[in-house]
Amino acid sequence: MIRPNKTSLKGPLRFLLIALFSASAWAQQPSAWSPEQEERYRSLISELRCLVCQNQTIADSSAPLAVDLRGQVQTQLAAGRSEDEIRSYLTDRYGDFVLYKPPLRLRTLALWIGPFALLGFALYAAYRFSRRSRLLMSDKPAAPSADALRRLLDEDNGRP
Amino acid sequence: MRTRFLIPIVVLAGLLVLLAIGLQKDPREVPSPLIGKPAPAFDLPALAADRRYTHEDLLGRPLLVNFFASWCAGCQIEHPVLMRLAREEGVEIIGMDYKDTREDAERWLGHHGNPYRTVIADEKGQAGLDWGVYGVPETYVIGRDGRILYKQIGPVTEAAWRERIRPLLIADPAT
Repeated sequence: MIRPNKTSLKGPLRFLLIALFSASAWAQQPSAWSPEQEERYRSLISELRCLVCQNQTIADSSAPLAVDLRGQVQTQLAAGRSEDEIRSYLTDRYGDFVLYKPPLRLRTLALWIGPFALLGFALYAAYRFSRRSRLLMSDKPAAPSADALRRLLDEDNGRP
Repeated sequence: MRTRFLIPIVVLAGLLVLLAIGLQKDPREVPSPLIGKPAPAFDLPALAADRRYTHEDLLGRPLLVNFFASWCAGCQIEHPVLMRLAREEGVEIIGMDYKDTREDAERWLGHHGNPYRTVIADEKGQAGLDWGVYGVPETYVIGRDGRILYKQIGPVTEAAWRERIRPLLIADPAT
């Protein structure tokens, strides 16, 4: 049953991991499938979330629901339905939550944009900070002129 | 300038509030996309095996569809509530016996009492899949027009009945 596939298994470690964690998925795999169908089946079940044990894919989980969902994916693939049709079959019933990769929607915008916005903000803050400390540490404070120095002194004197 | 030191404190406070809200939520409750949609189709035998039922048998009056099983612990918790709703409040409850055997379900109902007007046998769990059930007990409030009005994930409690389910049934009267 276990047949190393050059396109999907990049190393012995990955192979071992897959074999270890998807033992139950292997057991379910029908023998009459083409390798291409098998590949689609495996990639589809590893992007679907098991709703009972939420941090596992239905490929990894041995919960009864995951077994049922794998069976469902298998039946529908065998019936010639496309991945998108199967995905929407599941999201119609269980919501977007079954997908490990959430679709880009208005509701999920923060999820998709948030990290980049934060990174941008952090870079900007770092730039501001480094520029300020460079100015403070530079050997030639002459540029700010007496005006700026006086302002600084005033500020200092104003402190309690 | 003087208030700049407040910025990280405000950010931190905001983050703490967000996290606190996140902690209150139950991650096991996955909102159903079926709310407001017609109840999914099914064609299954009654537990007594004397006839078959389809989704069309749900039309015409508001009712509850309760997915349960004899092997389910949460079902025993909600069972007294269902018994009371059927007996005292006159609520029609349809039982969906999810991934169970006929003998076990009959023994369980004989032991705990039967609050269901009708019990349908979903032996393979196919109706469960189509309805988006991911863990019994789950209870759907179905309106007269056969639409799903609400889904209770986990046991039906008196509080859930009072606050969520009863108002829906009152707003959708049988006549």
